Amino acid sequence: MSILLSLFLLQAAPVAAPNAMPGEEIVEPYTVDNRNAGAVPFTGDGMAKAFHGQDGIRRIVDRMVDTNFADPVIGEIFANQDKVRLKRTIFEQFCYILNAGCSYTGRDMATAHKDMGVQKADMNRLVEVLQGAMTAEDVDFQAQNRFLSKLAPMRREVLQK
Amino acid sequence: MDLIRHALTTVLAFTAFAPPTVDARPLRNGGKLLLANGISSLEGASGGGLTPWAVIAGNETSDGMGLSAHGTVVEVKDYDYQSAGAAIGWRDRVEISYAHQDFNTNEIGLALGLGKDYAFSQDVIGAKLRVAGDLVYDALPAIAMGVQYKKNNNATIVRAIGAQHDEGVDYYASVSRLFLSRSILLSGTARLTKANQLGILGFGGDKHDSYSLQFEGSAAWQLSRKLAVGGEYRSKPDNLGIAREDDWFDGFVAYAVNRHVTASVAYVDLGSIATVKNQRGVFLQLQAAF
Repeated sequence: MSILLSLFLLQAAPVAAPNAMPGEEIVEPYTVDNRNAGAVPFTGDGMAKAFHGQDGIRRIVDRMVDTNFADPVIGEIFANQDKVRLKRTIFEQFCYILNAGCSYTGRDMATAHKDMGVQKADMNRLVEVLQGAMTAEDVDFQAQNRFLSKLAPMRREVLQK
Repeated sequence: MDLIRHALTTVLAFTAFAPPTVDARPLRNGGKLLLANGISSLEGASGGGLTPWAVIAGNETSDGMGLSAHGTVVEVKDYDYQSAGAAIGWRDRVEISYAHQDFNTNEIGLALGLGKDYAFSQDVIGAKLRVAGDLVYDALPAIAMGVQYKKNNNATIVRAIGAQHDEGVDYYASVSRLFLSRSILLSGTARLTKANQLGILGFGGDKHDSYSLQFEGSAAWQLSRKLAVGGEYRSKPDNLGIAREDDWFDGFVAYAVNRHVTASVAYVDLGSIATVKNQRGVFLQLQAAF
């Protein structure tokens, strides 16, 4: 009976907006588009393999986000961010760019970082944290830099204007 | 004195071009990526060991101010060279540097009639402005222009060997880029100079006493966050009749010991210096940056 009731409730409820998944805070509506990821993905499966597939990318992103929240330099910027959503959307973004079989459903870089007050030193600190997470996953340094070359041009959108 | 005034005017003209900062935020020092400030070149400017790069001294970003200091020793077959200096970086935009250079002739001093262990020395004051771009992030590579005012402290001797001046100003422009997708840094510099062996043998000569255009370059491969290896080339004028001057080469390893200390070791080939050929040896440098 309760199963039927749940099914009924699910059907009756309005279709969930794609912008926030269960457990995430609501964000302003936006149009979902892979181009929001801010970079053209790699071709072939070389980079996905170098990052140990979706499992490896998930471990890197989880470690990076956890480290960012605890970091003495940039922790403050993350303090009010939705950690659950951040882990999901950054995972999708990295997975999409590394051509590891994902779509990106998050916001574009300028919108996602608006009014966060990110300075160049914060950006460089984030790169260091990401490098640490990639190294902990044993991603080859040359592959790390190849990936960073896709992220570097995003700095313009991320920095506080 | 004219040269000093000229150099100062050029520096002031450069700094006048620096965009005004309307940033109300307080200065925030530190924050550069490891190794992105380069090492200290022989003449004190940030870059490779033999040539400047379009990077600014210190660990600051465009939100702060930085400092660096270095000590360098070069031991080649017949000569010893030491230099020490310091540089200030302002908002990753303007660099002011100073280096003092000592060049000891050891036994060769006797053969040259200068006396055993005769040492040349020179002071170099430099200014550099990053006019556009970024070493790592933006669409444009880092592009910088610089001047170096050099004062040789052995005027009588350098004139005796044919140099026309004991002071000079070099002008240079550099373009530098770290290509992340290949982990390769490339940098090129064009320099207008009259200096003989950096100016240690004075400026201009009996053969040639006008500015000549010289080219310098570095290529480095980043092996890890902390380690880079590479090579450099620097072309040189050849102004003195009594002593041929050769282009310079090196192969180097630079290691970021931590956020503040970079240690560099290089094998250098400085060619013929003051009539003595095959001056090859080792370059060692410690740089501290904040």
